[in-house]
Formats: sequence, C-alpha cells, structure tokens
Amino acid sequence: MTGTAATNLTHLQRLESESIHIMREVVAEVEKPVMLYSVGKDSAVMLHLARKAFYPSPPPFPLLHVDTTWKFKAMYELRDRMARESGMELLVYHNPEAAERGINPFDHGGLHTDMWKTEGLKQALDKYGFDAAFGGARRDEEKSRAKERIFSFRSANHRWDPKNQRPELWNLYNARKAKGESIRVFPISNWTELDIWQYIHLENIPIVPLYFAAKRPVVQRDGLTIMVDDERFRLRPGEVPEMKSVRFRTLGCYPLTGAVESEATTLPQVIQEMLLTTTSERQGRAIDHDQAASMEKKKQEGYF
Amino acid sequence: MSVSTTQSSSYQTDALIASDIDAYLEAHQHKSLLRFITCGSVDDGKSTLIGRLLYDSKMIFEDQLAALEADSKKVGTQGQNIDFALLVDGLAAEREQGITIDVAYRFFATEKRKFIVADTPGHEQYTRNMVTGASTADLAVILIDARKGVLTQTRRHSYLAHLIGIRNIVLAVNKMDLIGYDQAKYEAIVAEYAQFAKSIGIKAFTPMPISGFMGDNITTKSENTPWYEGIPLIQHLETVALDVTADQQKPFRMPVQWVNRPNLDFRGFSGLIASGTVRPGETIRVLPSGKTSTISRIVTIGGDLEQAVAGQSVTLCFADEIDCSRGDVICIADAPAEVADQFEAVMVWMADEALIPGRPYWLKLGTQTVTATVQAPKYQVNVNTMEHMAAKTLELNAIGVTNIATDRPIPFEPYEANRALGGFIIIDKITNATVAAGMLHFALRRSQNVHWQALDISRETHAGLKNQKPAVLWFTGLSGAGKSTIANLVEKKLVRMNRHTFLLDGDNVRHGLNKDLGFTQADRIENIRRVGEVAKLMTDAGLIVLTAFISPFRSEREMVRQMMAGGEFIEIHIDTPLADAEARDVKGLYKKARSGALKNFTGIDSPYEPPQAPEIHIDTTKLTPEQAADIIIERLIP
Repeated sequence: MTGTAATNLTHLQRLESESIHIMREVVAEVEKPVMLYSVGKDSAVMLHLARKAFYPSPPPFPLLHVDTTWKFKAMYELRDRMARESGMELLVYHNPEAAERGINPFDHGGLHTDMWKTEGLKQALDKYGFDAAFGGARRDEEKSRAKERIFSFRSANHRWDPKNQRPELWNLYNARKAKGESIRVFPISNWTELDIWQYIHLENIPIVPLYFAAKRPVVQRDGLTIMVDDERFRLRPGEVPEMKSVRFRTLGCYPLTGAVESEATTLPQVIQEMLLTTTSERQGRAIDHDQAASMEKKKQEGYF
Repeated sequence: MSVSTTQSSSYQTDALIASDIDAYLEAHQHKSLLRFITCGSVDDGKSTLIGRLLYDSKMIFEDQLAALEADSKKVGTQGQNIDFALLVDGLAAEREQGITIDVAYRFFATEKRKFIVADTPGHEQYTRNMVTGASTADLAVILIDARKGVLTQTRRHSYLAHLIGIRNIVLAVNKMDLIGYDQAKYEAIVAEYAQFAKSIGIKAFTPMPISGFMGDNITTKSENTPWYEGIPLIQHLETVALDVTADQQKPFRMPVQWVNRPNLDFRGFSGLIASGTVRPGETIRVLPSGKTSTISRIVTIGGDLEQAVAGQSVTLCFADEIDCSRGDVICIADAPAEVADQFEAVMVWMADEALIPGRPYWLKLGTQTVTATVQAPKYQVNVNTMEHMAAKTLELNAIGVTNIATDRPIPFEPYEANRALGGFIIIDKITNATVAAGMLHFALRRSQNVHWQALDISRETHAGLKNQKPAVLWFTGLSGAGKSTIANLVEKKLVRMNRHTFLLDGDNVRHGLNKDLGFTQADRIENIRRVGEVAKLMTDAGLIVLTAFISPFRSEREMVRQMMAGGEFIEIHIDTPLADAEARDVKGLYKKARSGALKNFTGIDSPYEPPQAPEIHIDTTKLTPEQAADIIIERLIP
C-alpha cells in the first residue's frame, strides 16, 4: 500500500482520466444524455473516451449529429462507420424549416449556420428531450471559452448566461437542474489542439481522411481555399477548380471551411505542421472572423 | 516591440520538430501535468505574466498576435507596446472594463510539462473565484508589485491558497524592472512575507524576483538580478512535486461513480481513484457498509491492468457479490476511511443568498449526495486580518467554521489528509445553485455518544389505546388567512368525534417554547424545526396534532414532512389573497409592517412560498371557515 514506487501519469493519461470521470458523472446524474457528434477530430476523441469510460458496456447514450446537409462526403462516411463500430444509436437531425427553405451556405451566409446548426440543435434536443449533451469544445479554442465551465447550464430556451454559471470546485460537478433546463457538458475542456493530435496518434483513433494532405479540387474565394466536394458547389465566373495538395485543420460545412496547402500525409507530419504553423486553428472557420467577441454572442444565443 | 522574447531550451524547440518529429512526439508523450493558480490584481501584472508564459511557449499564433497588436493600440494600457493582459481577458464586458471577473483556464507546455493555469481576479468580492480556481491547483503563484510590497490582498490570497491546501507557494515579486532590480527592497519584501506566512501556518514558500513585462527570471535567469540564487519560474514549475504523486502514497480509496453491468456475468465498479494503489488480489472494504471482498480484476478496454494508481479512472471487479453502489467508497480493507454524520468544517459561502442555519441543503462529497443541515457558524474569518469574528450566518465570500449534520452516515476523511474525501459542495435544494464549498476538519464524537433509548411502549401502542391514527394537520398561509380559526373549528369537531387532539398555535408557542426566537429567516426556521420536533413527539404519543403557523418557506415545511412517518403529514394551505388578509388585518400587523414598524413580515418584506402540492387546498374566497373545517374532517376521517 505504501512504499510503492511512484507511477508517473503522463499529461494525456490525466486528461483522459478527467474526461472519463466527467462522462460517468453525467451518466450517473442526469436522465437522458446524448453525445453531439460532429465527426471532427474532437468528436473522434470524445467518442473514443466514451467507449473507454463505459467498457465493457457500450456508452449508455446515443450519438446525435445535427446535420446541415453540407458536410464533406468523407465525413458522412466516417460517421456511419463509427456508429456501426461503437454499437451506439446514431440520430441524425435536419432542421425541417431550413430544408424546406433551401437554406444553403451560398445564398444565406450567417443564416445558414444559424438555422441548420443553432436552431437545429435546439430543435433536436427538444424533440428527443435530452437533458444533457456532451460537446467537444475546448477551452484553448477561443478566449470566451477559456472561462466556460465544464458543466454549462442552458435555460429552457437554450440561452447561456455567462454571469450566472456555477462554480466548479475540485472534481465535484453539480448536475442538478430545474425542469426544462439542460446542460452542455464539455469533457475535453482541458485538452489543447496538440493534446488531441497526440492522443489520436497514440491511441490510433480513426479520423476523417480530410485531415491528411491529398490532391483535391479547390478554388480560392474570399481569402479561403475552398474544396469543391460535390456538384452543388456554385462556381463564380472565372473560377476553375485546381488540383492542389491540401488538408483541413478543422471540418465543417465544406463551402465554409478553408483548407491549407500541405504535404502532410501522416499524423506525425500533421502534428509537425501544426507545431510549426503560425495561425490558430479557428482561422479556417468563416464563423469567427466577424469580430473578437462574435463567438460569445453566438453562444449566448444558443450556438454550441 | 520593446518586450524581450528570450527563449529557453525548456520551451518547444523548433529544430527538433523540424528535423525529427517522431523523436519529438516520443519525448512529448511523457510529459506530466501541473495545475497552478496565479493570484494578484490587475495592477500586479498577473495577466501580463500569464500572457508572457503563453507568448514564450508559442501558444500565441500569428493571427492572435495580429489581433493582440490591434487591440493593444485600441484599448491597451501599454501605449504602443503589446499589452499581454489583453490576451487573457476573455468576456467582452470584462475586456471593455479592463478587468478579469471570473476564473479562466489557460494552457501552455514546455518540454517537461503541460500546464493548466487558473487565472483568477484579485478583488475582495471574488473570493469564491479564487477558491474555485485553487481547488484543483498543485501550486499557487502569489504576485506582488515590487513597488508596493505585501498588501492586504497578498495576505488574503495567501490565506486562501493555504486554506484550500496548496502546499507549493511561489512568491513572485513582480515589476522588478520598475525598482531598478533593487536587491535590498526585494529582500525586505520577502522578509515581511515570511513573517506573515509563518503566522498563518504556511510552512515554506519559494520567493523569486521577476518581471513579467520584461521577461526577467521567467524562462531564463536574468542578468539584471545576479544576486538571485534561485531558479527561474518556468524551471520551478517544471520540477516541483505533483500532488497526484503524493496521493499515490496514501491508503487506497475510490468513490464509486457508476456500476457497470452490461449483462448478468459482469458487475464492475467505475470511479476515479482518489488515493493509493490497487492490485488484483487485494482485500478491500466498501464503506459505509463495511463489507469486504477481494479485487478480482481491473478492467480497461485495452486489457486488464496489474495495478492502478491515484488519478486513474478505472473499473474494478470483486471476487464476491457484495452490495456496492454509487456514493460508496472502496477502501483498502486494513486502513479504511472514517464514517460519520456530524462534522466540523470550514466553509466558503459562494451565493448572494446567505447561509440559513438549520435549512436542509444538498451536500455532495465524492460521489455521494446527501441532505445536510449547517449550524450557525462558530466564527467567521476576516480574510484580510485573519481575525475570528462572531457571525450568525455566512454571506457571499464569507469564510466560517461550522458544524454540519448529514441525514445519514457518510464515508469521509479530513480534507487535510485527502482532498477528494474531505472537500464538498453545498447545493440549494430549490434553486439548485452551488452555494458553498467546504472542507471537513473532523467528525464530532458527541453524535456517537447519544444513543437512541429503546422504549417498551411503542407508538403503535399509544395510538391503539386511543383508537386512532396519529397525524399532523399542518396549516400554512399568510398572517390573517384564518389558519387558527379553521384549525380551532377542526379540533372542536374532532373532539366531538372522541378523537385525541392537540393544537399548537404559532402565537402561543412563541410565548413559551420559542420565546427566545425572533423573526429573522434563521429564527423562523428554528421555530418551525422545534414545532416539528414537538409535533413528532405528540404523534408518537398517538395524538392528532394541529399546527397553525405561517411557515412561509417551502424547504422547512418539507423538512417537517421528512420527520414524520409516511402519510402522517397533511399540509393544508389556507389560501387567501394578500389584499384580503391585509384588509382583514385582525391584529393590526399589516398596518405596522407597511409603516416599517414591523420588519420581516411575511407578504410585505419577507416572502411566502405557497405549497406546490398540498394535501388539502382551502380557497378562503370561496369557502366559509365552517365549510373548510368540514372538508378537512372529511379528508381525515372518510
């Protein structure tokens, strides 16, 4: 019992352990949890951690993909494969109003994200009555997220009040809530982008091939390198897709997600590029560009 | 840029990343994790120091740097220079005010360690944020402005860091550049701090002269302080001992989070190991039951483990089918934790609504959540002077020592011995807010010495002799609603039916049993608690008890309901609109309250929380007292 040589846990082991602890607390304390699955690398890590947390049981909650119909094809393929392999139920939700009105990233700008993602998420949570939703947000992604709790409470109309969050002491999470309220839980809050990549490497976690460089058809548009992933892409006059060796640092709706030119075809090369690069990962997302506090505003309105 | 950007070998080396990424990854997979907190005010240069650590560790990217430079010019406080503070201030409102108002977590890494920094503000009203940030920290950096020396807030931060059990304290005397790197001034500050630290029980601390702005003694030893014999801040952070390593040397404990039962052949107990080491074959004891078994397996998705240690999340299987569920604590059999239901604890109050002594709250400790009541504090601690002050309650940011009683025995350890089994949070049962954090000192022995006397004549015998079923008819409602009038009628009717009754009237009880109590929220709760206890004794004696008390708070009525045997508590809401009760004003009390001559009057300047699901609801605008009494009798004796 005593006198044992110390076992030095690595930072990844401790992050893993913390995330597993958080997931188990949620499952033990709430009625109907769900895991938001966006098919990106953070979702991949989160799903992997969930499988570890509850083994030999499958994770006791479904996966929910709030889809915009505009994700990369490769994302849909991996999503369906991971659901099969994990033995978890996969729920895919499309905002019917957005579908009916044909909301798309070419004609509707910010409304596209707002209706498919923000509204879609609220509708999906209400439809199924989920009272807790795991999300893959990390505190290192953006300044306002640095202050968000691991358990983040939303009112019955899904609003986030940054001034009224519960203090989180030690590893004691207070999951009690009034009827109608729900919790967003961020089990990988304390992971950084580098931690995520190292863990994927170490644990051999399947990720979308788009993270690795390959020759892909792209156009330059509004300062971003956009991949022409299907025939719905509307080329502007003079735009001709070019084959370039590119990869993606984050994944979202393909017409809104910027690629970077890269030759990194293996995980160590991707990590190498990430470490030597000089721009932060969110720069590839059109959503953050407006103004410094835009993410915070979106969050108050219910964007994850 | 006028700031220095010295790099030390301890930070990520671009050369290795570029030349041999595999070697780099291999090295970086073995980093450990240190969590620390920085304490100081905006003026001490805290945000600047954190910004500097992020900057030097290349956690700032070009786009962020561009935004930072633009922001620095727009709202920065450093002229044309980069204002590192802007890098770490998060929420929009705070940025405009130029102050941090919450706990923020930042991340950076060197070759040896990954760091999580809790950034908390230095203002007095935000004690709760500092305690929150400190609760997970292995180390605290106390920042001092070298020009100002040891201030009240320095003492406050040090006290809080010590209170929360942080053993590694760094005294960072910052802004050395602004005092010309004066050794004598530095040493005077350190000497003054040493004296103070000793007085509050801090056994050791590590002082260092730094400049977050200029980069002195951050990553490398500064040439400006040749007289400084210690190591730079980063090197200290990279080498200081981790709490998780010390926890491994303690006896094994694991609070059970979740029972894993995929099928009839597998039953595992999942949790995060709080302390010690566990191996298959070891004998364990489950608390509070005290049952023992042997560990048969440590299960993970990658295969069974031969050993697991503090800090790991695991699933354990036992050799025997013994009861074990969420909230229990699995301990090494020959050195188990303690079990008790009354404690002394120090508490930090974190909510706008003050502590109400005697009110039932939720208490969460480890993975168990129980009902607990907190007594009025023995004393409150002034965090600026460390003086003990008398206190009747604890308000936002107050720290006090109190006794706590839980509704059932719980496994625990003193906080000093084990943070995970001695630290707890208090949750308001109505709002669900986390209202306090606490640390257990020890169990009170007196609870174990007062034993329940077993009596030969049971409550059934008493009730049987009277040929009735005991009950408590609890009348609640505004002053002047007609509680006493209706209760009186009900009692008369019951007596005519040969029932044995007793009416406890609010005003009458306050002439005797409760004449020492006033009308503050705390006194009102004690009033109801005593009446509840008396009513309970009377039901034990077989009586039908009628009580007529305003009893404005839902949680206290709930407390009394919990005291009684199932089905014996009948809540009767005498529902009168405030305007009607005030118009009636039989005792002239509303008039007094409105004029301000009577304080804390229910309905006027003190709230009434109506029952949500009373057994009987009487609407006095529709029923006469006589009709109301008949309805109640009908319900009681169908």
